[in-house]
Amino acid sequence: MVERETPQLDSAELSRYARHLSLPEVGKEGQLRLKEARVLVVGAGGLGSPLALYLAAAGIGTLGLVDFDEVDATNLQRQILHGTKDVGRKKLDSARERLADVNPNVSVVTHDVRLDSSNALEILGSYDVVADGTDNFPTRYLVNDACVLLGKPNVYGSVFRWEGQASVFASDGGPCYRCLFREPPPPGLVPNCAEGGVLGVLPGIIGSIQALEVIKLLLGQGNTLSGRLLIFDALEMNWREIAVTRNTSCPVCGDEPTQTALIDYEDFCGLKAPSKGKEQGMEDSIGEVGAVELKERLSSAEPPFLLDVRQPHEWDIVNLETDGAVMIPLAELQDRLDELPTDREIVVYCRTGARSQSAALLLADKGFSSVFNFVGGIHAWVDEIDPSLPKY
Amino acid sequence: MYGHVEIRTLFFASYKELLGTGELQVDLPEGATVSDLVSALRSRGGAFTALPTEPAVAVNLTYTDPTSLLSDGDEVALIPPVAGG
Repeated sequence: MVERETPQLDSAELSRYARHLSLPEVGKEGQLRLKEARVLVVGAGGLGSPLALYLAAAGIGTLGLVDFDEVDATNLQRQILHGTKDVGRKKLDSARERLADVNPNVSVVTHDVRLDSSNALEILGSYDVVADGTDNFPTRYLVNDACVLLGKPNVYGSVFRWEGQASVFASDGGPCYRCLFREPPPPGLVPNCAEGGVLGVLPGIIGSIQALEVIKLLLGQGNTLSGRLLIFDALEMNWREIAVTRNTSCPVCGDEPTQTALIDYEDFCGLKAPSKGKEQGMEDSIGEVGAVELKERLSSAEPPFLLDVRQPHEWDIVNLETDGAVMIPLAELQDRLDELPTDREIVVYCRTGARSQSAALLLADKGFSSVFNFVGGIHAWVDEIDPSLPKY
Repeated sequence: MYGHVEIRTLFFASYKELLGTGELQVDLPEGATVSDLVSALRSRGGAFTALPTEPAVAVNLTYTDPTSLLSDGDEVALIPPVAGG
């Protein structure tokens, strides 16, 4: 930890933190440690909400927040840092206001940027502990690698539907995220919160565990989740604990690391358009179509076959059945290819265009010759063609 | 003379979603490794082919590499990376 001038607790703080001061594991010395500490929360969303709220309430001296997003109505079911009046505001503005009310003693530092390889080391470098509450794989690998390179503990949490994971990486000789997940999943296989949904309480639980681990790390008390991956199944109310050791051949934290600087994480996660190479033929074999053009084609004499690859419950919310759409969920597509026409153009859509891209590539690979991805998906359709339909 | 091992295989998060089940009993020849189990699953076809060739795997709650030998009654968990926040 960086040496700083020892702070003191005034009488208002002694009163505010009375229940901490009574704990032998915290006491005045521990509370002063929290006041001295600098913690960075990456992402002011579902996990970032309980993280920031509890860390501020606990009296962390300097609380950094990284986010570049605005509050959306669909965030409110889980992102309790933001309220109804904040829809449309920058999340950082909303967070700063809320946290100042929770605890005015906390210095909130906002980083209104998309964390990337050009700024991560500088931003993370001035903090003692980093808590990862991001919502995408490139940033997770970026935060991990930057924490390993900087020697900062990475307090990890993530959520999917009813399941959560939590651990502490790059701490005390323990493993890092890459020891556990060496390669990112292929794009499209693992949906994000927007595509897959998430129960609102779940990030509240996982983010609270992260806040707890941050505080224990700062206090030097108890046993942290370093070397243990917690897997929580909220539906079954079941906790599993997986023992994980540092992989001595890990490319980042291993004994002889092969990667000693940050890389391009969008590229690493396969989210960039493929370079001219073996994939090119595949990408070229599918076309793209936007909402307006699709609408025109659907009303032409030879309309394309319209394939919806979302889940049945999503279909129930909104669909393009009246325009001829047929649903085959992405996971079933491979087994139901015989339901698709071979003599017509096929246009594939999903919610925003990510799953349909995977589906279109699959169809092209299976020999369908005229396949188009509807870029923007049903969201674009609502925006550009029929605003009376619901967006989710 | 050749025996077999029965493996309780668990799928989490997106794998569970992909396969439509959270648990499968898999019979393998004695001497099978984690890697053999994954191959056996992938060869079932359909959605199973979307499983990665080297997923993160825990045997009896301990993270394990693909070459590890499996024993009868082992519980093998296939753990997908999860990114939601």
